Amino acid sequence: MKKFLGAQTVRFSQPPTIKAAASIVGPKEGEGPLWQSFDVISPDVLFGMDSWEKAESEMARQTVALAAQKAGLPMEEIRYILAGDLLNQNSGSTFGMRSFGRPFFGLFGACSAIGEGMSLGAMLIDGGFADYVIANASSHFCGAEKTFRFPLELGTQRPPTASWTVTGDGAVVLAARGEGPYITAVTTGAIVDMGVTDANNMGAAMAPAAADTLITHFKDLHIQPGHYDKIITGDLGKIGQDLLLALMTDAGYDLRDVHEDCGLLIYDRQGQDVHAGGSGCGCSAAVFAGYLLNQLRKKEIKRLLFIPTGALHSVATVQQGETMPAIAHAVAIEA
Amino acid sequence: MTLLWAFIIGGLICVVGQLLIDLTKLTPARILVLFVVAGCLLSGIGWYQRLVDFAGAGALVPLPGFGHILATGVKKAVDERGLIGVITGGFTAMAGGVTVAIVFGYLAALVSKPSGDTP
Amino acid sequence: MINQSESAKQGYALLVEQASPGSKLAANSLRAFFVGGTICAVGQIFKNALLAVGMTQDNASLVAACILIVLAVLLTVVGLYSKLGKIAGAGSIVPITGFANAIASPAIEYKKEGLVLGVGAKMFLIAGPVIVYGAMASVLVGIVYYFLR
Repeated sequence: MKKFLGAQTVRFSQPPTIKAAASIVGPKEGEGPLWQSFDVISPDVLFGMDSWEKAESEMARQTVALAAQKAGLPMEEIRYILAGDLLNQNSGSTFGMRSFGRPFFGLFGACSAIGEGMSLGAMLIDGGFADYVIANASSHFCGAEKTFRFPLELGTQRPPTASWTVTGDGAVVLAARGEGPYITAVTTGAIVDMGVTDANNMGAAMAPAAADTLITHFKDLHIQPGHYDKIITGDLGKIGQDLLLALMTDAGYDLRDVHEDCGLLIYDRQGQDVHAGGSGCGCSAAVFAGYLLNQLRKKEIKRLLFIPTGALHSVATVQQGETMPAIAHAVAIEA
Repeated sequence: MTLLWAFIIGGLICVVGQLLIDLTKLTPARILVLFVVAGCLLSGIGWYQRLVDFAGAGALVPLPGFGHILATGVKKAVDERGLIGVITGGFTAMAGGVTVAIVFGYLAALVSKPSGDTP
Repeated sequence: MINQSESAKQGYALLVEQASPGSKLAANSLRAFFVGGTICAVGQIFKNALLAVGMTQDNASLVAACILIVLAVLLTVVGLYSKLGKIAGAGSIVPITGFANAIASPAIEYKKEGLVLGVGAKMFLIAGPVIVYGAMASVLVGIVYYFLR
């Protein structure tokens, strides 16, 4: 039976279930408004390691192990691990997952990684290729600063449009059977580039990608935004959110009542001095694995459209003056 | 009196840098380069020395002052050694400051560990 | 689908500009002024003291600058220079202390990559261009001066 429809959407015939999830975050995220929803708040941003890179890998390892444990599954039962992060060559994920000895697909979708992982994981399961899959995404403020910006101890100011990379990780265990919540459909984003060149304004680069995927999703499934209780983007931040709402209004969709953004949920934007909001792979992943999944379980959200967003630039492309391509993957979830 | 002018002129040079950052999105590295080159050229045509005479450290401590030291160094070397001075003057003049920065920067790396104290 | 034509991109650029808050120019400039001015005044105090103990003008300037450099490196090590930079912006970037911070901070950050390719090479990540362009400008000034003096 054909499972794909419209331009970019897949509707699952036997919707995979979200069996369990785990989230581990750093101390700053633990001071944010969602602190109660995370499984572990590490007081140590180094996670007992001696470099930022090792710290991120250790955080990813701990989160995936915890997710499998919460699902009641020994690691050998996991058919695939799909994981992504922001470090060069995806090393946060590969070094984090290497000790598990399970089949591994490394993903790069920048901060959309958890959406990419959940989409592919659900396809693997509904396709009959696996019964249990873990999707994971991690980011680390210090590692991201080192990779994309400046040394931590350099005295610089961030512009008001900049975002704050979340130190955090979210792992989601998908299963063929279970009590839900269920992933009912996914819309895989196309790469969208509206010509934004300012790497300190990622929300502006990503908002058109989110709009593009949303419009396609609504058209492919012949639904309106009101179909969902919440439509939650990954890490657009304040500026990106304003731009997304404007773009969607232009396209004839009103999201104002249903839209929220993980980057705005995870921090207290005024009190924690994070400028535009949170960002990073771990932002949407940890917010989903903690806060959003809790809301789905409690049926406070019955229908959720989760749409992690990613800016697909590198240091080299920015220095070469290239524009910033972006992507957004929509995952429809029903409690 | 020089102390007051050092404060005012030094502060104003920094304000120029701040406006460049906020209005042009120039990165700090570019600001530093721009200021050193500007100081060197302004000193080359003799203007910067007047600011130094007037504001002392207010003109010497900001990065244009670094450029000024390069320019006065190269002029002095040219006076003493002719064309050879062109290639020795700049580095000779910056040797002291740069060496201290390298030595202490290196020591800083030796004693430091990654800290969780994020800015 | 989002329209990605050139004219749509131009329209979007305007939208982005409207949505993106600008930096607080007055407040940022004021803080840069006070912190930058203070660093220079401290340099002048050091220089005056060195002159008072009988140093020549040139030596006093150099030693005063070196003291500022050492202090900036110390503040970098204890994590205070980055905090100062967040408040002061150009006020702590433009003085020679900013140059010292630009050398010390990557040296610390890249220590894990080893003493040669980490500390040794990355030390000049931000300050290297200053030395390169400073040298270029000094050669230019030297050549012009040689022919025009």
